[in-house]
Amino acid sequence: MANAKTTSHGTSADQAHDHHHYEPGFWSKYIFSTDHKVIGIQYGITALVFLLFGFILMLLMRQQLAKPNQPIPVIGPILEKVLGTDMVNSGVMQADLYNAFGAMHGTIMVFLAIVPLAFGAFGNFVTPLQIGAPDMAFPRLNMASYWFYFLGGVVMLSSFFIPGGAAKSGWTSYSPLASIADMAHWVDGQTLWLIGMVLLISSSLLGAVNFITTIIQLRARGMSWMRLPFFVWAQLVTGFLLLLAFPPLEAAGIMQLVDNLFGTSFFLPTGLVVNGSQLPVSGGGSPLLWQHLFWFLGHPEVYVLILPAMGIVCEIIANNTRKPIWGYRSLVYSVLCVGFLSFIVWAHHMYLTGMGTKISTFFQTTTMMISIPSVIILTALFISLWGGSIRMNTPMLFALAFLPMFGIGGLTGLPLGLNATDIYLHDSYYVIGHFHYVVAPGTIFGLFAGIYYWFPKATGRFMNETLGKIHFWGSLLFMNLVFAPMFIQGMKGMSRRMYDGGATYAGNASVLGLNTFISHAAIGLAVFQIPFIINFFMSIRSGKKISSDNPWEATTLEWSTPTPPPHGNFIKEPVVYRGPYEYSVPGAAKDFSPQDQQA
Amino acid sequence: MEIPYTVKPRPDTGLYNAKVGIWLFLASEVILFGALFSAYILLRVGALDGVWPNIKNAWPHGLLNIPIGTFNTAVLITSSVTVVFAWAALKMNNFARFRICMVITIVCALGFLCIKSFEYNEKFTHYELRLKSGKAYTGHIEVNGKHPGFWDFGSIYNLARLETDKVEKVKFTADPPKAKPGEKHDESTPKHEVMEVATSDIAHLDAFIPRNHTFFAIYFLITALHGFHVLGGALVLAWFTFPGSKMWLTEPERFINRIEVGGLFWHFVDLVWIFLFPILYLL
Repeated sequence: MANAKTTSHGTSADQAHDHHHYEPGFWSKYIFSTDHKVIGIQYGITALVFLLFGFILMLLMRQQLAKPNQPIPVIGPILEKVLGTDMVNSGVMQADLYNAFGAMHGTIMVFLAIVPLAFGAFGNFVTPLQIGAPDMAFPRLNMASYWFYFLGGVVMLSSFFIPGGAAKSGWTSYSPLASIADMAHWVDGQTLWLIGMVLLISSSLLGAVNFITTIIQLRARGMSWMRLPFFVWAQLVTGFLLLLAFPPLEAAGIMQLVDNLFGTSFFLPTGLVVNGSQLPVSGGGSPLLWQHLFWFLGHPEVYVLILPAMGIVCEIIANNTRKPIWGYRSLVYSVLCVGFLSFIVWAHHMYLTGMGTKISTFFQTTTMMISIPSVIILTALFISLWGGSIRMNTPMLFALAFLPMFGIGGLTGLPLGLNATDIYLHDSYYVIGHFHYVVAPGTIFGLFAGIYYWFPKATGRFMNETLGKIHFWGSLLFMNLVFAPMFIQGMKGMSRRMYDGGATYAGNASVLGLNTFISHAAIGLAVFQIPFIINFFMSIRSGKKISSDNPWEATTLEWSTPTPPPHGNFIKEPVVYRGPYEYSVPGAAKDFSPQDQQA
Repeated sequence: MEIPYTVKPRPDTGLYNAKVGIWLFLASEVILFGALFSAYILLRVGALDGVWPNIKNAWPHGLLNIPIGTFNTAVLITSSVTVVFAWAALKMNNFARFRICMVITIVCALGFLCIKSFEYNEKFTHYELRLKSGKAYTGHIEVNGKHPGFWDFGSIYNLARLETDKVEKVKFTADPPKAKPGEKHDESTPKHEVMEVATSDIAHLDAFIPRNHTFFAIYFLITALHGFHVLGGALVLAWFTFPGSKMWLTEPERFINRIEVGGLFWHFVDLVWIFLFPILYLL
């Protein structure tokens, strides 16, 4: 699969050809590059843009929740011009647009922002460096993977501008709602959503095949399995989750596409009545089938979101406590267990569908089981702090905050995993609070930590510490102010799907005030992202220059390359002599012993 | 540094990169088709009890042509054998035999698709008819004395189209009634009941196409997806056989690897059909 420059059969003519390829032009160097580092950065930048876009959608929704049916200042009239009066009328967000924003916020954040950032960007940039490989196993597939992702993103975004607007049926796209939400248009937002998903699934399939092959095949000499940095283990398990969990959604997506376009009834039950008349379809389909296929992806997807962040946090904690990670082997076995168990917990999202109490009991049991390895990972990382002389730099602050934030997210998930308590909490703001604690102050903090940590490797400059600390403390405070009140709202029974924030329901009266509070906190959170954006761009040009290739004094192989690493990464083939976290080895000259340092 | 193990296997895994890649890809494909098989099971289990077409949304039986399906199975298995012969021929340094075996493989693939397209056409022209009186039939229709052509989507009728086209009556040739298990077929009943049906008497009329029943929906979806795999595989193998075979002269070992990887995919496509055939045709 490799091109001429990567074969070991080079003749002299081939080598002349290679030489030519090492001086690529702008397009092949930065746009259609096959270099894993460039592709990683492409993934990273695209994903960060989507992260910001998804966040802006949410700010507009929070405006609507805080002040239901009041004109949106400044942005309302602009949106009205762009999206039409069906969506925004005299500056007021309509229910359809709220639903579209809700569905697209979820889709964009999960499939276009977090996964590409965690797996596509960090995985691509860091994994080959950490295992001592010159590149990914299939560089051209790697490029194709990025462009499928990009195309999927473009299709998703373009759905805002077609008649009827973007998909409105939640990121879960439950049938039959997704099939009947926009009957007026043959090709509607849902159609583009499904096409976009098929592209994204193709992208992640190529990515997953490539990552797993790379990790199995391209480990440097001496890089045995138990010498792999934990980040690589996390990426390996994530790769398997993407490889094996996504195809059912692809199958389901194709079936829903055929339902919507060609009138089949895969997910449409017999006798479905819409707007007072029976839908003219054959019926006989099963709405439950969609949910099973969707959540077979959906639950492993949660671990796709969290595992790479855990990997990043582990690297940073080891580096900044200057001591080995406590229980490396138990981390590895736990992450393998999490990966396996994540395939058999999916129906805990479906306790209220009437699938039966026996099935619910099975999934309740597996759900409780999967919390055990997750807790082991978190505990090992906590214990690793014990007795360390901790360097409190920005990456470490984010990594440290990840631990309790992910802890809150995980523990609040237990009542949702037990099917008796879930009956009450299901579909309330409690659920939103729970999974956002996992993904926002959890995963996103892990990813921020990674950006601050590997920025010097990619650019040769540090990010600014002061701006970084402002970014951190502001984000930590406001993240909690945004998501903690949602637990209260949810426990009061406030539904998560009200476009007026529940104002029309008497039962919500006592917690409605929190809507405004949360919206203000969300604006605060937005304000504290500005230092990050400034810092990111400023540091590329004028950040403090690093004085060595290993500025954090780390042990893993990515710091043994030149900065930034050239095409092919390593000057000479690296050989690994030791485990990944040999910090403060007694008797060693320095407090870190790189993996490629001879014993 | 260059990417290692693109051609030679890595000593500790015993595999070259592309072989790991194709196995992973096939694992993903197994799950993809597995999801569709699961969908088939769930839809079938959820269908109503009774005999289709007399009971709407009951699961139809015996609509697919078993002899043709059996023949097609043989065609695909043959192609799977010849693709191995092709690979072995290269290993024995016999390029001419490689090419012959590959051509047989590709011809089998195209043959499979041709036969499948006739089977599809048979479904597009076959109809389910339910009358307002409660009687239900399967058979063939004739509208305004015209017979539909090959893959002629334009001449597929349903009740709504008859009404918009203001067709007042259609000629309907019902299939002969099936003998119940253990019962001898009654030779005295006419084989084909031919009737004139007024549009106003029809409760439901549609061809054996996806929108008519979830059985046809899942049948067409799985077999079409499989058909695209056959087509894709045949194109890749054709590339290796003709324009891509130049590599045999420059990098023979890498070329043999390519044939092996392509062959693995081809076996997978074959294997999917070996599951599809009994599940759709026989059960």
